[in-house]
Amino acid sequence: MPRRERRSVAGVEAVGAYTLLRLDRGGLDPGVPGQFFMLEAPGRLLPRALSLCLAPAGELAFLLEAVGPGTEALCALQPGERIHVFGPLGNGFRLDVERPLLVGGGIGMAPLSYLAGRIGRPPVVLGFRSDRHAEAAALLPEAEVVVDPVLVTELIEPDFDVLACGPEPMLRAVAERCPGAQLAWEAAMACGYGACYGCAFEIDGELKRLCVEGPVLAAA
Amino acid sequence: MRLLNASGCLDALTAPEVARQLDGFVTKTITPLPREGNAPPRIAETAHGMLNAIGLANPGRERFLAETLPRLHELKLPLWISVGGFCAADYAETCAALAGVEAIELNLSCPNVDEAADSAAEIVAACRRATTLPLYAKLSAAHPDLGEVARAVAAAGADGLSLINTLRGMALHPRTLEPVLARGQGGLSGPSLKPVALAAVHTCYAATKLPVVGMGGVVTGQDVVELVACGARDVALGTVLFSDPDAPSRVRAEIASVDLDEVFGTAHEASEVLA
Repeated sequence: MPRRERRSVAGVEAVGAYTLLRLDRGGLDPGVPGQFFMLEAPGRLLPRALSLCLAPAGELAFLLEAVGPGTEALCALQPGERIHVFGPLGNGFRLDVERPLLVGGGIGMAPLSYLAGRIGRPPVVLGFRSDRHAEAAALLPEAEVVVDPVLVTELIEPDFDVLACGPEPMLRAVAERCPGAQLAWEAAMACGYGACYGCAFEIDGELKRLCVEGPVLAAA
Repeated sequence: MRLLNASGCLDALTAPEVARQLDGFVTKTITPLPREGNAPPRIAETAHGMLNAIGLANPGRERFLAETLPRLHELKLPLWISVGGFCAADYAETCAALAGVEAIELNLSCPNVDEAADSAAEIVAACRRATTLPLYAKLSAAHPDLGEVARAVAAAGADGLSLINTLRGMALHPRTLEPVLARGQGGLSGPSLKPVALAAVHTCYAATKLPVVGMGGVVTGQDVVELVACGARDVALGTVLFSDPDAPSRVRAEIASVDLDEVFGTAHEASEVLA
């Protein structure tokens, strides 16, 4: 059962073009990599869905890109400020894979740091749109990194069990090359727990709630 | 005062621990045929509210009765079934198929689908002939003469009113100026709606004296007290459930020391003056 707690900000750090928001963990369970949390965005009506990036002792850390008023408010938090955090929610990655390869695009690298730590530092390939964005690869030092116009999908070798998170076109390209891949998708969500029906996503030819069925789905 | 959820703002099967904080669970609207709902994006945050254009996604009457309703009964909660359709017969056939539930709420006001051609009173009258279960008519505050609509559905046999549904609204991407919602327009909910809800409850209670489930922008216990003071017998939580799944327990604690019967007396006196 996910919990909702008011947690303190332990730190806010710039990581290239992104921001790493560290919260004290309290009684929250970090969950399985690929699961997500709803974070209260100060001054906004709705919380924001973010997958866990790192789970250092006593903390939960989220990688953010300020793309709108909610993520801007989260990036502007100061140490000691408190926000409501609800989770872990949804279904994460299956970790029982034989030859894992982690594939991330842009801010989609967020859950891969936590994931890599949980499955024994597998090979990782990351793609970014600029050198500044690519600085975030410091969170995954073992990663092979490409920057636009090179596509991360070009680095995928056959016969790996791909676990991927990134923008929709990247995930569609991964799905085409690797039908056995596990893909972490994204959709606008108001609640994160199946109440609002906002995160409709086509699964098996039907619109379903990504927060309940996903966000990690089998490619085929 | 019973604390309910607003229809479409909670799935008791995926979040039973939230539903169990309530005095009854109101289902998402059931239509005769299955509906997949509108294409995404379906939601957009606004300055003090949100828009949704879900489009009455539901499994349809047959699957609801065969699969969903038995599972809902296992929760042992009073069930309110929200019924929708595109003509009076649609509504009435679903009402006729329902038994063993607390009440039926007729969704006469979804802003996200084409409206039924029959009037609210015609739909209520058809449903009245089809069931003896308590019938609550859920009206839109967008009617120019809401009191008149309330009187008409009361005369047609409604046992109560649910007020209010979302109001039609629109949000644009700041840069592209394209609508955020795939459907273009959607229903506005959240705190922006509270003054509209208070006025609608006040007007309709004065016009009919029917029991009213008040809803629209409730976030705190004070919001509940104000709706009751305008004439609501019961109150539903909507958008607040999205950001705070513990809202029912919190709101209940916030009104623990308030005598709501006394507050409701205020509404009764005011409605005598208005009538």
